[in-house]
Amino acid sequence: MAVESRVRLEPLWRVRARLFLRSFRRNWALFWESRIGPLGLGIILLFVLMMVAHPILMATVWDPRVYDPIVGFDPDLVGKHPAPPSPAHPLGTDPIGRDVLSQLMWSTRSEFALGVTAALITVTIGTLIGAVCAYFGGIVDAIFMRIADLVMLFPFIALLMVLRSVIHLDLVRLALVMGVFSGFGGITLTLKAQALTVKVKPYIEAAKVAGGSAFHIIRRHIIPNILPLSFLYMMFSVTGAVFTEAVLSYFGLLDIRMSWGIMIHTAESAGYLGAFGQYWWLWAPPGVAITLLCFAFYLVGRGLETLVNPRLRKR
Amino acid sequence: MSPLVAVDSLTKLFPVKRRVFALRVRHYVHAVDGVSFAVEEGEIFGLVGESGCGKTTTGKLLVKLLEPTSGRIVLEGQDITRLRRGPALRAFRRKVQMIFQDPYESLNPRFTVFDTIAEPLWIHGVRSLAEREARVAEILAQVGLTPPETFMFRYPHELSGGQRQRVAIARAMVVHPKFVVADEPTSMLDVSIRAGIMDLLLGLRQELGVSYLYITHDLAVARYMCDRLAVMYLGKIVEVGPTEEVLQNPLHPYTQALIAAVPVPDPTYTRAPPEIKGDVVAAVNPPPQCRFLPRCPRAQDLCRTAPHPPLVEHRDHGVACYLAGHG
Ligand SMILES: Nc1ncnc2c1ncn2[C@@H]1O[C@H](COP(=O)(O)OP(=O)(O)OP(=O)(O)O)[C@@H](O)[C@H]1O
Ligand code: SF4
Ligand SMILES: [Mg+2]
Repeated sequence: MAVESRVRLEPLWRVRARLFLRSFRRNWALFWESRIGPLGLGIILLFVLMMVAHPILMATVWDPRVYDPIVGFDPDLVGKHPAPPSPAHPLGTDPIGRDVLSQLMWSTRSEFALGVTAALITVTIGTLIGAVCAYFGGIVDAIFMRIADLVMLFPFIALLMVLRSVIHLDLVRLALVMGVFSGFGGITLTLKAQALTVKVKPYIEAAKVAGGSAFHIIRRHIIPNILPLSFLYMMFSVTGAVFTEAVLSYFGLLDIRMSWGIMIHTAESAGYLGAFGQYWWLWAPPGVAITLLCFAFYLVGRGLETLVNPRLRKR
Repeated sequence: MSPLVAVDSLTKLFPVKRRVFALRVRHYVHAVDGVSFAVEEGEIFGLVGESGCGKTTTGKLLVKLLEPTSGRIVLEGQDITRLRRGPALRAFRRKVQMIFQDPYESLNPRFTVFDTIAEPLWIHGVRSLAEREARVAEILAQVGLTPPETFMFRYPHELSGGQRQRVAIARAMVVHPKFVVADEPTSMLDVSIRAGIMDLLLGLRQELGVSYLYITHDLAVARYMCDRLAVMYLGKIVEVGPTEEVLQNPLHPYTQALIAAVPVPDPTYTRAPPEIKGDVVAAVNPPPQCRFLPRCPRAQDLCRTAPHPPLVEHRDHGVACYLAGHG
């Protein structure tokens, strides 16, 4: 057929790749215009740089016996720990003689892993439940909405305290618990509301008339149309996860060897938080890092909001 | 020969909740109320009436987007009213399609033209990409979007209203249905491109041998498109017959008023004031008498005491009015 040969000039995957690139460029331009989005992304990249630089520094200029974030110790400064910043230790040392900068950089990796894993789980569960509830309504919807109410009212930190007495709460498990727990929570309400606006569109009816099953319609029409909002919420979820981890670590509730929260916890339990300004290098670097990383993901989220919600666009 | 589609006493009630003195009372909108008609093979059957009279609801019942409260729908001699799942429903979904009113909302904004038109093919088991591409290209050419490859990978926002409606038509036609419900397919479009879409639908009837239920509120459109016409008022068919017969010789006071209300192109002509009074009332728990009674200029005592008049057919011209004699 003549028509066929003309159309088959370019394979479908190439067309799709091209279309994807085009929409990516357009979205990137919008994201860039939001100003705060790129700022957040810049901060995140800085943390990524810190994360990548740590193993390199450990392999080259930093002696592992001195600079290891967990078992390191600087023997030159015996009796002076926690030592204030110096050329050898740009952010000083902690009460047991470990390099603060090394700890800060090393922890970045677990903060990312925790934040992204928890957020990914949260958003996946939230998106699926939101789409299914919106599409089916009725009893399915009622059940998940009651669960969401329960989750939102439940004191999460208290739950983790109880959980900790039962299981060994390491970083991976914390990410899982946090991800699943908040996945059933308030996020389902927001995503369901969005899915409901999609559900009433005539193209959903058209898909039904074409014979599409519930599964087909949810997968091909509803989820892709709420995914941008899911992605937006993922950014805010990362913030939530990192923050929760910091709080839990500060109270010494986690079985984690090192994190930004643990750094503050170490300073506190050794009694160095009392004289506030005096040992600032113990709490300020992790404190600033936690705030900054949370802030960065929040900014990226706000930047994405202009993409997801066209009403916020300037033009 | 039996008609392609036969509808018998089709009724759809929508519950509406209202509060009367703190009592919650359940009311029903009689959106479609005991409607019967038949569409022959290759025919274009028009459904006209004012906004809210139940045209779209009737259309959605026919494509099984809605379940009727009561009544029967028969397609090619098979009762499909209670069809819920399985291969029979799948076969039905291939035979009966719908074109929606608003081409701006009936296309998924994240789908390319190809994705939209290929979707029914995929659902109906065309798994070969080459075949889907070929069939999409073929139907695009048929709906006048040529050359196909310049349209295939565009998104709806890159198309004009008329082009979008052509894509929606292609999506309905790509599975070669026998019966298509077209719900005011031109009412959202610019006046200048309406004729093009109507001619396309007429052409597709010839090429593909498809029948339409053509919904419109515009008598001129109905006259151009339809072989036969049913006039609806508040969920009831009040008059039915061949288009020219109904328009030249309207028997029901409502049809007569509709025709009188059509604007006349001659500017020096002063139209007689519309005969009917008042506005359409929503059909919530309607009284048993003739639906048109509150607005009817010819109402008699009989109309106030008798139930809603039945649709009486004389030759092939039917009318539901006690006073409309077949002259
Ligand atoms: N899902 C629904 N729930 C409750 N009432 C409904 C629903 N759908 C339609 N109705 C009511 O049923 C009646 C008929 O509606 P329908 O959409 O069929 O009218 P229509 O003739 O297509 O009107 P239009 O010309 O405005 O499209 C209206 O009074 C409407 O309010
Ligand atoms: S039956 Fe009576 S009220 Fe109804 S349309 Fe005819 S004349 Fe009017
Ligand atoms: Mg309608």
